[in-house]
Amino acid sequence: MTSAPTIERAGVPPTRETPARKISVFLSQHARVRLALLLSAPLFWLGLVYIAALAALLITAFWTVDSFTGQVQTNWTLDNVITVFTGALYQTVTLRTVGVALLVTIIDILVALPIAFYMAKVASPRLQRILVIAVLMPLWASYLVKVYAWRSALSQGGIVEWLVTPFGGTSPGYGLPATIITLSYLWLPYVILPIYAGLERVPNSLLEASSDLGAKTWRTMGSVVLPMLWPAIIAGSIFSFSLSLGDYITVNIVGGANQLLGNLVFTNVGAANNLPLAAAIALIPIGIMIVYLGVARRAGALNSL
Amino acid sequence: MRISAPRRSALIAGLAIASSVALLTACGTTSGSGYGGDEATGLGEMEGSVSILAWPGYVEDGTNDPAVDWVTPFTEATGCEVTSKTYGTSDEAFSLMKTGDYDVVAASGDASLRLVAAGDVVPVNTDLLKNYDGIFDFLKMQSWNSVDGVSYGIPHGYGANLLMYNTEVFPETPASWSVVFDDAAVNAGKVTAYDSPIYIADAAMYLMFHKPELGITNPYALDETQLTAAVDLLKVQRASISEYWSDYLKAIQAFETGNSVVGTTWQVIQNYVSTGNTDVTLPEEGVTGWSDTWMIGSQAKSPNCAYAWLDYIASPEANAQATAYFGEAPSSLAACDFRDDCEAFHAGDADYASKIWYWSTPIAECLDGRTDVTCTDYSAWTTAWQEIKG
Repeated sequence: MTSAPTIERAGVPPTRETPARKISVFLSQHARVRLALLLSAPLFWLGLVYIAALAALLITAFWTVDSFTGQVQTNWTLDNVITVFTGALYQTVTLRTVGVALLVTIIDILVALPIAFYMAKVASPRLQRILVIAVLMPLWASYLVKVYAWRSALSQGGIVEWLVTPFGGTSPGYGLPATIITLSYLWLPYVILPIYAGLERVPNSLLEASSDLGAKTWRTMGSVVLPMLWPAIIAGSIFSFSLSLGDYITVNIVGGANQLLGNLVFTNVGAANNLPLAAAIALIPIGIMIVYLGVARRAGALNSL
Repeated sequence: MRISAPRRSALIAGLAIASSVALLTACGTTSGSGYGGDEATGLGEMEGSVSILAWPGYVEDGTNDPAVDWVTPFTEATGCEVTSKTYGTSDEAFSLMKTGDYDVVAASGDASLRLVAAGDVVPVNTDLLKNYDGIFDFLKMQSWNSVDGVSYGIPHGYGANLLMYNTEVFPETPASWSVVFDDAAVNAGKVTAYDSPIYIADAAMYLMFHKPELGITNPYALDETQLTAAVDLLKVQRASISEYWSDYLKAIQAFETGNSVVGTTWQVIQNYVSTGNTDVTLPEEGVTGWSDTWMIGSQAKSPNCAYAWLDYIASPEANAQATAYFGEAPSSLAACDFRDDCEAFHAGDADYASKIWYWSTPIAECLDGRTDVTCTDYSAWTTAWQEIKG
């Protein structure tokens, strides 16, 4: 690329060649350098806090720990990874964790869809604002407070038992069902909001057109709304799925004697002081999320995010 | 050559990973220094500050409750400003001591030997502590606070992991731990247990009594066969467990609501249960328990203030305040003059104390003196514990 020739004109003094101007001219002529300078600061930050942290984790998985002194030793070995991928314990816990995460995601989507639809398409603008605040409200309370509230609700003689006993039901008590209920409650706002935002983008005129062409409610939902909403649902499911995959506090409080992948990581860092094994276990959810995102990408759900 | 956008970003990511790898490998990790340095022979000038790592409720300066304060008198007397950090599990304490930021640590027996082995603490010259003489003899120079006849700290307080039961479900006091082991299925889904690998010792203690053919003489010294037997027992128990507890508030609530009706507990939990539907007992097999030790870090920046703290916290009044607040027996008879609940904790009752198997870190070199076998160490116990929980 060549720069335009400088044209001397009467009345316009020639620009002085200050260092700042030189730099500015250089940058305007070199788009690549300009871009690099602009991006280096945020990329450095991203690289430091995200990629470096992940890389540190990945590397630790290939080290060992001296069981007597508790020091991490930088002997390269595949033992931890092999243990994690072949151990029966880790396979059981992984299956359990994925099962919980999937159920939580399905429940959340089923609950979120009607709520989001009502918020976006039925409610008046005033009610809409109130509902958005109502959905966001639980996020203002501490995570622990909410989980302990569920712990007391699900306890023996708690409010859940009081509610379901007249109908012949029994409280699930502490265990995996309690974990699924609590996690579904916790992540619901994260699923409602993307779906709500997605529905906002569906023009009302399309719904009217569909009904003009004779489509009934369910037909409109299935053929018009859902295909447009798919990316939003996937976005919401990524939240609930990944958050459930890594959770260990909820299952500790309402999960009875069960443990999920997060608990294994936690006990290996905290109780066993075995950071390498914990890092190897942490590879499992990372792997699952990569697969999940890959599937979502193939389904085209990430294109319009 | 022109690189397309995605390729370029991949290149940048690759570079970032490569550079951080180089960085990490360069940092490496420091190697252990073996058994830590020498004990002090005399005391010098106070350094003006001391940093302490302890269980919650061990170092109270009035911030949590203005009425609970035994740090201020110490600072006034010695001029040592105290900064303290609390930890939740012995394992957390062990990790934190590795930073070398703490002059003093209050460690339970399941951490103390590991700290000694890792060289994170130094021997303590008890001659320099004038309050050491008053401490109960049955707490001194035990396997969890001394190695080869060298003292690595001074005892703080002790307590037992008792059997708690719901008085409506058990009108008669259970005499044996069998209610949580062999007969746990009677109360399936309502049995609780302590959530830590060290709980394996409870099962081992039970087997020691009921299956003498296994040859267990110390529940913290288990060879492969003995560990397997204890693990099998706990796997059967797992089917009846409502939940494992490590947070004592969780245990209190579970017993109050009736979600748990029988299981291992601490005296302080019984003291806090407000519904009055529980009681505790010391079953015939004995109990496990803890005896905490104040130790001095090998990288202590303020060794003189550290010694001053050890002496102070062993003094009857301070020891009484600290142990009463936490809910355990004090380390000396004189401390009972400052407490009115010593009886509830059986303080100084050597017979009661002798029934307690105090937490010790299981190590490969058998604690019971056997030399013909290798014992399972704490990391093996941790792995086993995770498998028990499934």
